[in-house]
Amino acid sequence: MQNFTPLQSLIGGLLIGVSASAMLLLDGKVAGISGIFAGILRPVRGETLWKGCFLAGLVAGGLLLRLLLPQAFAFGLVRSPAALMAAGLLVGYGTRLGNGCTSGHGVCGVSRLSRRSIAATAVFLATGALTVFVINHLFGGSL
Amino acid sequence: MKALLTSFISGVVFALGLGISGMTRPIKVIGFLDFFGNWDPSLALVMIGAICVYFVAYRYSRRMSAPMLAADFAVPPNRDPDTRLILGAAIFGAGWGLGGFCPGPAITSLASGATPVVVFVVAMAFGVYLHALTTHLGSLKTIAPAAVRPVTIDS
Repeated sequence: MQNFTPLQSLIGGLLIGVSASAMLLLDGKVAGISGIFAGILRPVRGETLWKGCFLAGLVAGGLLLRLLLPQAFAFGLVRSPAALMAAGLLVGYGTRLGNGCTSGHGVCGVSRLSRRSIAATAVFLATGALTVFVINHLFGGSL
Repeated sequence: MKALLTSFISGVVFALGLGISGMTRPIKVIGFLDFFGNWDPSLALVMIGAICVYFVAYRYSRRMSAPMLAADFAVPPNRDPDTRLILGAAIFGAGWGLGGFCPGPAITSLASGATPVVVFVVAMAFGVYLHALTTHLGSLKTIAPAAVRPVTIDS
């Protein structure tokens, strides 16, 4: 528990909540990032521009972090390029098959008490924990 | 125009939230998912903080006839989970545990220009296209048998 950062994490969470709430109350959209990302890769008329603006905002926010809080990008893991490629493929494919990720299901869906999102969140937390268990405790932490 | 500006600013605030909370650091994510090791519960507070705000916002939105800058709400209906959802979530979780990134933090981290992030995001795009391709092939398969069904002639 020595890495516990309750205050920063809570403040960050509140900011995420404010951002997602603004998307809902002002634009009427769900801030589900896997869906927004996929919407740019496979554009649908009338749905692309706002998604592009949101993603541009994410990267712009990232640039601000780079200036103000560079330690936010400390990677800290030992992962081969092959492992990272596999991880990206699984995340891209899985979030499309399951229609959402940590933002769309984990934050927006759970808050709406959506049965699908609560189930999805329980499942991805469980398989995430299982994967980390295998890597950290059976493979010694690097892959 | 105002709606697009909202999207952009929401993206910025979302990214700041991810960065401040620790979500853009894969080691922090792995620490949260490592229930049986040196568990770091920080990221539970990210979810709790975000859910507290959004829970209230969603309740409030239910009393609005329309969002402030758009014609209607694009919120999915509350349906029951199905096999696809569970399988997809399971695959996503495995990738999350393997790389320590979910989509939001990965895209935000593109700003760092670090190679591992670029590799992950490109692979994630391939994953999206792979899903589109397999869905497309799957829909072809359901049509094909009917198209090649042999014609039986009654005697």
